[in-house]
Amino acid sequence: MGRSERMMNTNQTMETKEQRFEKEVKRVTPKHNVWKNMFHAFWMGGLFCLLGQYFINGYMSFGMDKDTAGKWNLLTLILISVLLTGLNQFGKLVKLGGAGAIVPITGFANSVAATAIEFKKEGWIFGLGCKIFTIAGPVILYGIVSSWGLGVIYWILKITGVV
Amino acid sequence: MAVMGKQSIQFEKAPLIMEAAAIVGKKEGEGPFAPLFDKVEADAFLGKKTWEEAEGELQRQTVEKVLEKAGLTRMDMRYVFAGDLLEQMTASTFGLMGYEIPFIGIYGACSTMGEGLMLASMITAAGYADYTLAVASSHFAAAEKEFRFPLNYGSQRPLSATWTVTGCGAVIVGAEGVKSGNRKKPSARITGVTTGKVIDYGQKDSMNMGACMAGAACDTIYQNFMDFGRTPEDYDRIITGDLGYVGKTLLLSLLKEKGFDIAKQHDDCGILIFDQEKQDTHSGGSGCGCSGAMFAAHILRQVEKGAWKRVLFLPTGALLSKVSFNENRTVPGIAHGIVLEHCGR
Repeated sequence: MGRSERMMNTNQTMETKEQRFEKEVKRVTPKHNVWKNMFHAFWMGGLFCLLGQYFINGYMSFGMDKDTAGKWNLLTLILISVLLTGLNQFGKLVKLGGAGAIVPITGFANSVAATAIEFKKEGWIFGLGCKIFTIAGPVILYGIVSSWGLGVIYWILKITGVV
Repeated sequence: MAVMGKQSIQFEKAPLIMEAAAIVGKKEGEGPFAPLFDKVEADAFLGKKTWEEAEGELQRQTVEKVLEKAGLTRMDMRYVFAGDLLEQMTASTFGLMGYEIPFIGIYGACSTMGEGLMLASMITAAGYADYTLAVASSHFAAAEKEFRFPLNYGSQRPLSATWTVTGCGAVIVGAEGVKSGNRKKPSARITGVTTGKVIDYGQKDSMNMGACMAGAACDTIYQNFMDFGRTPEDYDRIITGDLGYVGKTLLLSLLKEKGFDIAKQHDDCGILIFDQEKQDTHSGGSGCGCSGAMFAAHILRQVEKGAWKRVLFLPTGALLSKVSFNENRTVPGIAHGIVLEHCGR
């Protein structure tokens, strides 16, 4: 048996050892119950929507039009999320409600505020300034990229007369 | 000194553990071993402004405590081996610089206490030091910031994740025959060590570190049995660092495949330090401070009392960095074995 052949053989046995171990790891590692998580995410997300609707209706009753009320609603939700982050309470909502608390704008606000609090100690420029979007950065970047992509599709559909 | 087998040393003049101290954070102070720690620090910042400074202060206080307990001074210490989880060992260097003890910084992820004890016992057994300090610490918030997310960021931790212990262990190792300060006899002897290799089972999930380290623990335990010609029955306890519940199950089954059943002897510091049900710590505790503090507060005391005559203490580490993780590399593990024996008489 040549050297390369021998090496291939050891590689093969290594692979089976790793694969066997991976199976064992999957078997013994406990997982969160997906259905239970989905249930909590559902009502938590719903609760945030309800809160948002309540704010929109509230602002409209002050005489704002629907668009302006919507913007003020977002600002209010962000404010609440940032306050809860500062008081170290937002994490508890996410622990229970998962995506129900993360996906609304509250999660985005939390990711920026938490990072700002943590890295302010490293200074205004290299700490807070550089690192504030450590978590939210990808959302901003790929949000812009995908909206650009969708814009191109919309433009093509428009000049071809589809829409 | 005798070289044993492939990876072990049997000390002819076994170095002595003169004294040890452990200081932990609030959550650890609410766990099942709370009364055994020398101090429970309620303030996560330890009166400092940043997490990194806080962890340094934790080390400083623990070393102060161990010197005080042993009736020795910093001038008696020939070397200090210290490590933590932060980048470039920020906590150890800044925390201990005030002592002006010749300093050797070490990194072994969460196996640091094992690495420190191993090096300290080698250097004292070789006759290059009377007294050597081994120190290891971790801080929950500092480690979260370093490896995961800012503290106030909301995320759901998987059930396989472990909780980084805020804690520090400091141990004074003395050469055989040295005076033990204000104490009558040393706490235990280190009769041998087995140095671990970097072991990779291809695991990539940094939120399941027990699985990443189980292979390394298995390898070092097996090698320890081979090198010393021992079986599990030769140890009263085999205590790993921070495998947690998932890692423990995997370790037991890996060793069974190799023909050894250590279910009766095995304990894990990560499982012991927290109450899984009440403290919501998922797979258990982790971090250098986990095995460090549990060693000083619990394991050493049992050996000192003679409740356990011979123990294999095996801190485990997951060797990942933020960069290696982002570059999609595996998470290899390491484990160093320390053989502790009761001093007798």
